[in-house]
Amino acid sequence: MSEKYLPLMATIAVFVILFIAGGLLYPNFFSTLVLGNILGDNAFIIIAAIGTTFVIISGGIDLSIGSMIGFVGVVMANLDSAGWHPLASAALMIVFGAGYGTLVGFIIDFCEIQPFIITLAGLFLLRGMCFMINLDAVPIKNPFVLEFSDMGIPLFGGGWLSSSAIVMLVALVVAVIIAHWTEFGSAVYAIGGDAQSAKLMGVPMRKTTLKIYALSGTYSALGGVVYALYTSSGYPLAGSGLELVAIASVVLGGTLLTGGVGFVAGTVFGGMILGLIATLINFNGSLNGAWIMISGGLLLFIFIVMHRFLVGSLKFRAGS
Amino acid sequence: MKFAHWLTGTVFGASMLLAGAPAHAVTIGFSQVGDEGDWRPAFSKDMQDEAKKEGIDLKFADAQGKEEEQLKAVRAFIAQKVDAIIIAPVVVTGWEQVLREAKRAGIPVFLADRDVDVTDKSLTVTRISADFNLEGRLAGAWLAQASKGQCNVVELQGTVGAAPAIERKKGFEAITSQFPEIKIVKSQSGDFTTEGGKKVMEAFIKSTDNLKGICGVFAHNDNMQLGAIQAMKEAGLNPGKDFLLVSVDYVPAMKDELAKGEASASVELRSAIGKYIYPVVLNYLKDKKELPRWIKIPSDLHHAAAPND
Repeated sequence: MSEKYLPLMATIAVFVILFIAGGLLYPNFFSTLVLGNILGDNAFIIIAAIGTTFVIISGGIDLSIGSMIGFVGVVMANLDSAGWHPLASAALMIVFGAGYGTLVGFIIDFCEIQPFIITLAGLFLLRGMCFMINLDAVPIKNPFVLEFSDMGIPLFGGGWLSSSAIVMLVALVVAVIIAHWTEFGSAVYAIGGDAQSAKLMGVPMRKTTLKIYALSGTYSALGGVVYALYTSSGYPLAGSGLELVAIASVVLGGTLLTGGVGFVAGTVFGGMILGLIATLINFNGSLNGAWIMISGGLLLFIFIVMHRFLVGSLKFRAGS
Repeated sequence: MKFAHWLTGTVFGASMLLAGAPAHAVTIGFSQVGDEGDWRPAFSKDMQDEAKKEGIDLKFADAQGKEEEQLKAVRAFIAQKVDAIIIAPVVVTGWEQVLREAKRAGIPVFLADRDVDVTDKSLTVTRISADFNLEGRLAGAWLAQASKGQCNVVELQGTVGAAPAIERKKGFEAITSQFPEIKIVKSQSGDFTTEGGKKVMEAFIKSTDNLKGICGVFAHNDNMQLGAIQAMKEAGLNPGKDFLLVSVDYVPAMKDELAKGEASASVELRSAIGKYIYPVVLNYLKDKKELPRWIKIPSDLHHAAAPND
């Protein structure tokens, strides 16, 4: 069974190696401040990616994450202007995310539409709604936002585990429990491994599909809430392209795009690797921003080839 | 973590030995918006070139137009313990948190280009940027002089609500209002684009019977003016000869038009502004003297070789 953990181990190893390399290359890199920043600055995208992990393990895809993050921010900023407390609007948006996801899951299952297409429609729809509401950035002025950013746990060595990072870690624990200790979690892996067998084995297909996308919608809305509080504003262009970063985090984390195999914890490290690359390039300070994407792309490529090799040689994939 | 400390120490020592660079060199982090358009890449390149001249160790970060990348970059600068941070913000909102982190770390922050919307103004030292209002006034003053204070003007406005559009219009009107015979007879938004400028000028040409009685065209940027020149030529008019055309930016295409005499004047929005920004930052690092909230970069005006009258 330990082969199952190989991709996850590889992901963690890459993170550790990159972090040590950064420490060797740049002064002030080896610090809890940098580590805390990587967790806090990428928390919103990792939260959304955790939700996507379930979708991808089930063999589906969700492309509406980035637009959801932007939409949540814009609505929260406008509700703030209307006098709502950020926590109230956050709760509303998380309920909206769950409802939106349930609807997407229902359309996928009932109308037998490819998740790619329906979530692509969601991407355009939600982004369009952002522009309908606002064209400019709207600040969230409630003092709670600054209080939220001041919350957190100081780490030894001058670092800081910010409230965004704490929300992310709680979201991770909940997701790990859902994935590995619930019937629903097993059903997700079963559908992703082999949908036909899962059906024959009596896995409730519709209920599970609905729940998978509801979960993804909830997590991407939560990611949007964290992003809105993190930037203390709603900006209609926020989060564009982040769905692909989320998918990249999931894949770097060792989840197979074909479904059936993957770990939520891997996604966290996948997202942190991407954040670490951005930090390394910022520390270097003479490389073009394009290098963030180039090195992310290269790593992604290497990982996919490596997974392919692992799957082919070790045959640990369920049902194959 | 002991290992990490040991490693940090060793690495730091080794890098000092290896680099052999002057340890007192000032390190500045500069977070740029991205590389859209003509102006911004030129601005970035100038900042890097000027830093070399000044002997500054510049950490340059391109945010690719994304706020979250910019926040990451500024936090990386703080973690690196740079001496100062310069930000050209992607958006005006969402800065309070990270600027407070910079302040806690004792790192002064300077703004270039756009302003930020924060309640605590002490979070930034100053803003060093061009003055859109002055650009408008320069354009107005040039037109007043060239037309000897008698001119019916059509105006191509920038994007409605955008700061450069608002300020350039205000500045232009502040000057032209001094001359009772200068009147803005038509004014519409061309969205700062060449197509927008062309469309608006086509409409003006129709509604004024081939610009009868019009003597001047003021465009809030060169791109719109270039579109307007196209529209005028297509209608058989002679821009630059029968009309005074003044705009702002001084982009390369406008240089050509000025050389050909099809445009009359353009106010330069400088991209080589490192030489204005770095001295302010370096002086502040030395004497910590309080600076005005906004340090304006002077503008320049270029006109056609043989201005018509």
